[in-house]
Amino acid sequence: MIFDIYAIWRREIIKFTRTRSRIVSSVVMPVVWLIFIGVGFSSSVQIPGIEYMDFLAPGIVGMIILFTSIFSGVSVIWDRQFGFLKEILVAPVSRTSIVLGKTMGGATIAVIHGTIMLAISSAMGLIPVESNLAIAFGFMGLTSVCFVSIGLIIATQMRSMEGFQTIMSFLIMPIFFLSGALFPIENTPEWMQFASYFDPLTYGIDGIRNSLGIQGNVPIFVDGLVLAGFCVGLIMVGGFLFKRSGI
Amino acid sequence: MPSNITEKITIDENENTIEINKLVKKFKNFVAVDSVDLQINKGELFGLLGPNGAGKTTTLNILATLLPPTSGDAKINGFNLKEQNKIRHSIGFVFQDSTLDDELTARENLDIHGRLYHLPKNLRKQRIDEVLDLVELKDKENRQVKTFSGGMKRRLEIARGMMHHPKILFLDEPTLGLDPQTRRNVWNHIERLNKEENLTIILTTHYLEEADYLCNRIAIIDHGKIVAIDSPDNLKKTIRSDTLVLKTNQIKDLVELLQANEISEFTVFENSVNLATDKGERIIPDLLNLASKNQVSINSVELKKSTLEDVFIHFTGHQIREDQASSADVLRNALKATGRF
Ligand SMILES: Nc1ncnc2c1ncn2[C@@H]1O[C@H](COP(=O)(O)OP(=O)(O)OP(=O)(O)O)[C@@H](O)[C@H]1O
Ligand SMILES: [Mg+2]
Repeated sequence: MIFDIYAIWRREIIKFTRTRSRIVSSVVMPVVWLIFIGVGFSSSVQIPGIEYMDFLAPGIVGMIILFTSIFSGVSVIWDRQFGFLKEILVAPVSRTSIVLGKTMGGATIAVIHGTIMLAISSAMGLIPVESNLAIAFGFMGLTSVCFVSIGLIIATQMRSMEGFQTIMSFLIMPIFFLSGALFPIENTPEWMQFASYFDPLTYGIDGIRNSLGIQGNVPIFVDGLVLAGFCVGLIMVGGFLFKRSGI
Repeated sequence: MPSNITEKITIDENENTIEINKLVKKFKNFVAVDSVDLQINKGELFGLLGPNGAGKTTTLNILATLLPPTSGDAKINGFNLKEQNKIRHSIGFVFQDSTLDDELTARENLDIHGRLYHLPKNLRKQRIDEVLDLVELKDKENRQVKTFSGGMKRRLEIARGMMHHPKILFLDEPTLGLDPQTRRNVWNHIERLNKEENLTIILTTHYLEEADYLCNRIAIIDHGKIVAIDSPDNLKKTIRSDTLVLKTNQIKDLVELLQANEISEFTVFENSVNLATDKGERIIPDLLNLASKNQVSINSVELKKSTLEDVFIHFTGHQIREDQASSADVLRNALKATGRF
């Protein structure tokens, strides 16, 4: 089983390294956000005890992880369309291994993107020195697993990329805006705060902030537990839907 | 010892690698596979011949445990359809549409296959080299598959399908869309696998000449039903084999003449009479004599040996519609390209 997961993970990584120049283009957008939103809002958003840029940086790390993860999960649609999925499905490999391999592969790639964003922020002097990077990586990993799973779930419900724009507008952007990446959740109206607590990215970004020594919304262990819970639940739903979706 | 390759095939009549029992597959109310019974022996090169939508792919998908049957069952290499992993381990499958990863190289595609079938590292390397040699792609092993031609992709897929030493290789339309020369080339590879490696091969096709040329036995499948099974030669013998096409301007006289001589198996067309016969060339002189004696002038005589096409028409009542087939393929590919499929 572990070898099957590895085989599938390995393919994701090979394909990623083959197109590594794409990293540049996928990092540019978040950097632009960081600079323009950061500089633009610095004067108008006041957060007690912290510069807005420092607050924003972990949010942008979360943003890049969100997008790369979802795209990795959704790439199963391409696998289906270009046929390779059948090669995996006809092999003596359990559906669970396929889902786990795909998830781990996508998560690895997302964490690499997150790390690059973290390094850029650090170079801009936005990451405090007392940061606990190991724990930050843990949160990046869990966040990635969550959203690759959500991508997979989307992929089991769609036969083509046609509806992806809609999903982008109605699912992915709200997940991003509700997560507290750009502004503190406690400053938002109650209904919005309420919705935020059902958003896995809220806990991902809060956890990253906490581990970087920035005061989060909830204690770090709550972030960890809730996020882990989301991961397990989403992987299970993804696995179930994937098994049911067939060839 | 005769070195004739054909004598190396060992078809073991006692050992069924595939036994299919009243297999049925329905999609909603549509019956795609209709109570199929079939035995396939070890070492056979077996063909499922049928037009588009006949149920060939559906049947193979069920045998490969990718689709559950609605009813009936099958044994593959002694395993029943519930023993999915055992079956999957023991078969190779080449799908109708390419299932290669275009962005990976040929070798990487084979490598991931070896891993998915649990070949240990050394064996994996050895088998990759062997099968690449077999399909003559060794020198292109490090090229990305997207740079391959259709024929090269097909050969690579066949190589991949047999890399883990399956007991049965399923080939779904192995030469669909290939030009005649490449098709020949793929045929040669299929023949060699069957003869030299004694691999049981089941292929589907809607090319009559392909089934005729390659297969030991053929099942003709139409609307989900198997309507005939036998070797190509025997199938051709089951129909009154030959047809004499007699062209004349005196159709009416000729018909009367034939009827007067108690020859009844013929079909009348606008300016010819087609006569079914199993004596072929031997009755031509008598027939011409008879005609000239009765002042019926025959413009031309053509003897048509029966083909698999005639057999197909005989059993299904229609042509295999190859022209329609190809336009359906075009449509399918177009839909695929726009992502609407
Ligand atoms: N998933 C499905 N849902 C509904 N109908 C299906 C499904 N798969 C196949 N069919 C139908 O079942 C019939 C048999 O299809 P199948 O793909 O087995 O044909 P085939 O003999 O392989 O044809 P072709 O030569 O075009 O590949 C077709 O009419 C097809 O439309
Ligand atoms: Mg088919």
